[in-house]
Amino acid sequence: MDQLASLIAATLNAGTVLALASLGLLINERAGVLNLGAEGIMLVAAIVGFATAVHLDSSWLALGAGATIGALLAAAFGLLVIFLHANQYAAGLTLSLFGAGVSAFIGVKYTGERLGVSSQVGIPGLRDLPFFGPALFNQHALVYVTMALTAVLAHLLVRSRAGLVLRALGESPESAHALGYPVQRLRLLAVMLGGALCGVSGAYLSTVYTPLWVEGMVAGKGFIALALTTFGTWRPIRVLFGAYLFGGVTMAQFFLQGAGVQITSQWLAMLPYLITIFVLVLISRKPGFIRVNMPASLGKPFVPGG
Amino acid sequence: MVRLRLEPRSAPSQPWLLGAPLLALLITILIAVLLFLALGISPVQALGVFFVDPVSTAQGWSELLVRATPLILIALGLSICYRSSVWSIGAEGQYIVGAICAGGVAMHASEQSSRLFVLIVLLAGTLGGMAWASLVAFLRDRYHASEILVSLMLVYVAELLLGYLLYGPWKDPAGYNFPQTITFLDPALLPRMLSGYRIHYGVFAALVLVVLSYLFIFRTLAGFRLQVVGLAPAAARYAGFFVRRSLWTAMLISGALAGLAGALELAGPLAQLTPQVPAGYGYAAIIVAFVGRLHPFGVVASALLMSLFYIGGELAQARLGLPKSFSSVFQGLLLFTLMACDILTNYQIRLVRAAPRLVRSTITPEVAKSGELVQ
Repeated sequence: MDQLASLIAATLNAGTVLALASLGLLINERAGVLNLGAEGIMLVAAIVGFATAVHLDSSWLALGAGATIGALLAAAFGLLVIFLHANQYAAGLTLSLFGAGVSAFIGVKYTGERLGVSSQVGIPGLRDLPFFGPALFNQHALVYVTMALTAVLAHLLVRSRAGLVLRALGESPESAHALGYPVQRLRLLAVMLGGALCGVSGAYLSTVYTPLWVEGMVAGKGFIALALTTFGTWRPIRVLFGAYLFGGVTMAQFFLQGAGVQITSQWLAMLPYLITIFVLVLISRKPGFIRVNMPASLGKPFVPGG
Repeated sequence: MVRLRLEPRSAPSQPWLLGAPLLALLITILIAVLLFLALGISPVQALGVFFVDPVSTAQGWSELLVRATPLILIALGLSICYRSSVWSIGAEGQYIVGAICAGGVAMHASEQSSRLFVLIVLLAGTLGGMAWASLVAFLRDRYHASEILVSLMLVYVAELLLGYLLYGPWKDPAGYNFPQTITFLDPALLPRMLSGYRIHYGVFAALVLVVLSYLFIFRTLAGFRLQVVGLAPAAARYAGFFVRRSLWTAMLISGALAGLAGALELAGPLAQLTPQVPAGYGYAAIIVAFVGRLHPFGVVASALLMSLFYIGGELAQARLGLPKSFSSVFQGLLLFTLMACDILTNYQIRLVRAAPRLVRSTITPEVAKSGELVQ
């Protein structure tokens, strides 16, 4: 029972990292921009957040620093693809490679550094419940914030003017333009917002989740988050549950090992990557299904009057 | 009011196709100089370490070519992929699997084996890389799974597979428990060109393949089809060119080249499988391919440049106390600035006078009919 409770807790924690990045990418993609640079943004935000936590000793400031650097990097990417019409794939990959280099460069000084023990977390009162306490109510506040954010995003996306405009940017930027919306500037805003969320995710990873800085520690989570937006058919709630599912799979390997299952650790560590591939295959095998759900102008540059 | 306007060119500007990478290099160096100043390092000394010192000794030239060889091979394959809009980013995985397969064969060499044994080693690596890439092509072709994500996920799988072999069945029993295989015997290795230098005959293989890729891309129907599929998929379908076939062609060629690169690295400088096999060449080659304009000859030039960054980075680590990752910052920065400079290739920048502002109330039906606007 204790095992199960801590597995659920670990799943929520791991899922939050993926969910935050994936929700950010969902905002990007709903606006029609595909950001392959999420991995790079998360890496830079992870080290910037970690450094902030080391020097200022506050996990909230660390998350804020991660969000800021994430938005800035996303803005650089956005300028390239939205205003200079650079290829979105190439520019995103560039950001990922650049982020890997920059984070390793900054991170040299912080390798092996440890953060102070974080203060009491969880929801007072509820966290002392048997089973449910340790399983659900003893997490960093961001875990709950992410859940709330998902609900808010899901609501705004279909029930508000802002959500409608955001979807128009991704479905039919020509219409949004014709209605007088500054498509390029709004897309940049969406990209920066998405970048900020990826940044928070990276900073959460290095300051709360691990909490350590290790070179290349994001280890493909930025790309798994990209796969999750497809998996969740660009809907926030589905994306959140997809993230928990992946978090669960990632965590299950540690619990299997802890339970003494005789499988070489490398095979277990492959699981998240293999499952990402499996899920992609499962979800993509009917091209019509994806086409109906995917923002129609995803990845296509928009040139006003062009 | 005068403002800048971007006008798309009907065709990419030929001078800027070459000029943009040079301009990007210049801007990257400028940023690096600022970074050196900020770190309190003399920029003259630092630039010397990066751009002069590596090529001032014969050893340096040998290292330059040794590093450039895998970069050239992998980037050639990626150029073909990207030209046909197949966005594989998992060459690193194909490289690792190439090295694993080559290593698996190389382990079985004995002192009595023929000198030609190394050819089987290289063949195994090439086939291994191809097989790993064919997984991507298959899942894309059959199930429409994104080649970007699948190819990248397979990199992590390949790394873990290597880890499993090195910590498990392939560990050298006499290796003091280090995660590495036995050192391969001479018949499984490429002969060195000069004793005392790491340069090996793989360099020639790379150069031959550069010429072959050039011929393939620009002088064969298959190469032409591949590009049409990349540039205008609808037109390609109309002309009866098969998008599916070009996906397979591009993936198999790039997998084979990345696998060969891994095998050459193993049979050349490494001589055993270690956790250092994944050196990031597969990722750096993405930069090489783009900076080289997806052109085989351009790839050679940009691979040499990238290789210079690697060696310069290592020298800078020893002489200036900079972390090794400085070279990857350099490499990433170069590609970033190139993306921005490429606007000059694809657009004309015009200074235009802003159009007179329309005042809504002044457009009466009569004015609109007469076609004149009141300013």
